[in-house]
Amino acid sequence: MIRTAFAATLLASTTPLLAETHTISPGEGAQERLQEALILAQPGDEIVLEAGRYAMSDGLSLDVDGVTLRGAGMDGTVLDFTGQQGAGEGLLVTSDNVTMRDFALENPKGDGVKSKGADNIVYHRIRVTWTRGPHAENGAYGIYPVESTGVLVDGVKVTGASDAGIYVGQSNRITVRNSIAEANVAGIEIENSRNALVEHNIATRNTGGILVFDLPNLPVMGGGNVIVANNLVVANDTPNFAPPGNIVAGVRRGTGIMVMANENVLIEDNILSGNPTAPVMVIAYTQPYDDDRYNPLPREVVVGPNQFDGGGYDPQLDGAEMLLAAFGGELPPVLWDGLGSLSAAEGTMGWSLNLPEAGKGLGGAQPGLMTVDAPADSFDRSGIGAPAELDARLQS
Amino acid sequence: MKHLGVFFCALLAFASAAAVEARRMAPEVSDAAIQGKALPRTLEEFGFFIHADAQVPTLGVIPYRLNTPLYSDGAEKLRFVYVPQGNKMQADGEGLIDFPVGTALIKTFAFGEGEKRRLIETRVLLHRADGWLALPYVWNEEQTQARLAIAGARVPVTTPEGEKISYRVPNKNQCKECHGLNDAVVPIGPKARNLSREWLEANIGVVPQGADTLPVWEDRSPAGTNAVARAFLDVNCAHCHRPGATASNSGLDLRWEQDDPHAIGVMKRPVAAGRGAGGLLFDVVPGKPQESILLHRMLSNEPGVAMPELGKATIDREGADAVRRWIEEMPQ
Repeated sequence: MIRTAFAATLLASTTPLLAETHTISPGEGAQERLQEALILAQPGDEIVLEAGRYAMSDGLSLDVDGVTLRGAGMDGTVLDFTGQQGAGEGLLVTSDNVTMRDFALENPKGDGVKSKGADNIVYHRIRVTWTRGPHAENGAYGIYPVESTGVLVDGVKVTGASDAGIYVGQSNRITVRNSIAEANVAGIEIENSRNALVEHNIATRNTGGILVFDLPNLPVMGGGNVIVANNLVVANDTPNFAPPGNIVAGVRRGTGIMVMANENVLIEDNILSGNPTAPVMVIAYTQPYDDDRYNPLPREVVVGPNQFDGGGYDPQLDGAEMLLAAFGGELPPVLWDGLGSLSAAEGTMGWSLNLPEAGKGLGGAQPGLMTVDAPADSFDRSGIGAPAELDARLQS
Repeated sequence: MKHLGVFFCALLAFASAAAVEARRMAPEVSDAAIQGKALPRTLEEFGFFIHADAQVPTLGVIPYRLNTPLYSDGAEKLRFVYVPQGNKMQADGEGLIDFPVGTALIKTFAFGEGEKRRLIETRVLLHRADGWLALPYVWNEEQTQARLAIAGARVPVTTPEGEKISYRVPNKNQCKECHGLNDAVVPIGPKARNLSREWLEANIGVVPQGADTLPVWEDRSPAGTNAVARAFLDVNCAHCHRPGATASNSGLDLRWEQDDPHAIGVMKRPVAAGRGAGGLLFDVVPGKPQESILLHRMLSNEPGVAMPELGKATIDREGADAVRRWIEEMPQ
């Protein structure tokens, strides 16, 4: 307790004494007034967006450290980008220690909110909605932090993203929780990132609920140390509407939780139902690649106790009919390609493709029941999740 | 012929009159405005021009051009550099010129020709003690004043192709989206490889190795398909698509000096292109421009698909042709 108080004093002393609040209201010139406030803000300032609908003609951006951008609730303050004429996202943040809370973005032409190289960032109760529902021409990502250390996404809601609703890429120390990802291609995606905690979320009506990927040829690789726990992953049955060419365009409709490549991933205490291809899927990277730094295998993936309500009852897989017949009408809930290393809690039902090697297609597949060991040691949770001081910001 | 002689005399007379006037009227550049802490509200405060509307620079403000320029909806661009007295630019290698603190880089964007030319905006890049600062100034309708537009602006213009567009003046943050490198603001254009030998000789006194190697755009055919396209990509794309810059997370590196085919997009899969990929699988497919995401995004002007993301409301046909030919001729 003494330590906490000391830390709080330290934090307080880094905030300028004359932090100001700038209040913006909707109406004529809101684009310029808001953008000007975002540029002229000083570290520690708060920009308050009054309730109402703001018609935006261009993307917004913030490049000042320590600014809070606060609306009057995700249903009260709406930044409407339906008429957006330029920029690749609705709001771009490129500074550290920024807090965004309690507002919504609708129909951004590209991504919703992107934060790049923005350390210790908080997204709290932000809503990003493409109001026409799933559509290939919706923007790619709703909430999009990338190349950052310290990311807390809490209580957000994203609907309609043509790639991933909540996408965290090439980052470290991440928490995504208490959020709803609905009717996106991928609900929540953790990509080429380390030390991520994904918990207490709802992923529903997506093509795939929660994805943990590691891809080659990126500046940051070696994804791992990821916990996916206590999520409700249900009815992810929207046909894939991603434009072809994107990695998520290959995600099969009805995937619950999917791990591709990566190391040290724990999947436990989730409730999974209505994911007709595979409630849990653990596979190697499927494409050919040319990158010496990259390991395409899933390593040390642990499927702990989860609540499975059924398995793959309508799989979008080659040879589905034969597979269903072979497994008695429904595929067991865990699908593994047989590559890398996987362990699962006792009693977890699964099947394996028993592939001989990565990146060579399904030619050598010999589907059969999955036989893996129970997890050997307790999962090392140290250092996983967003730094504690990000939580503290939500109290203010 | 006689007419021409008369005209020529008149021109001389006008020129000498202008010179007299210039000596009398030439403002001194304000080093305080460039190096101070404030954000000058008008362009006039810098004192860069004798006749700002005609873009006649004052003493010490040196015009320059780039061999291959960035496309900006077909705007005419007038570039100037100012270095404070007693300081020098230095050129070491083919890259960015080393500008001393106190330098100002000035770029005016104009549409229309001759009498009809209208200045839209002037962007300045100021080298202050704590780094470079980028500021946009927007010209008024009467062309008498350019005011700081920190949040940017939209201005209706007609491009040289006759297209009516809503031209976007970038806001201060958007300046950094292109000019940002490893978290600092830096100049992009004035690299030795993209400046003429003559200009370097006259203004810096050295012509470093690798200088003047990018093709002169309007006379580009002798340079060959590869050099033209790579110069175009370097100038138009690589300020973001390189390590340490805005699009670093894409893994695409389009700098002139990058020679790894995969890094420049050959058979490289997109990362975060989203719908921008347009259903295509690779950035560049040798021999198949129509299957290459790179060209697809150049040929779009829809936000979320179009590349570059900023500073472009129309399609650069010449640039797209250069890239199309490059992909077509690329060995499969």
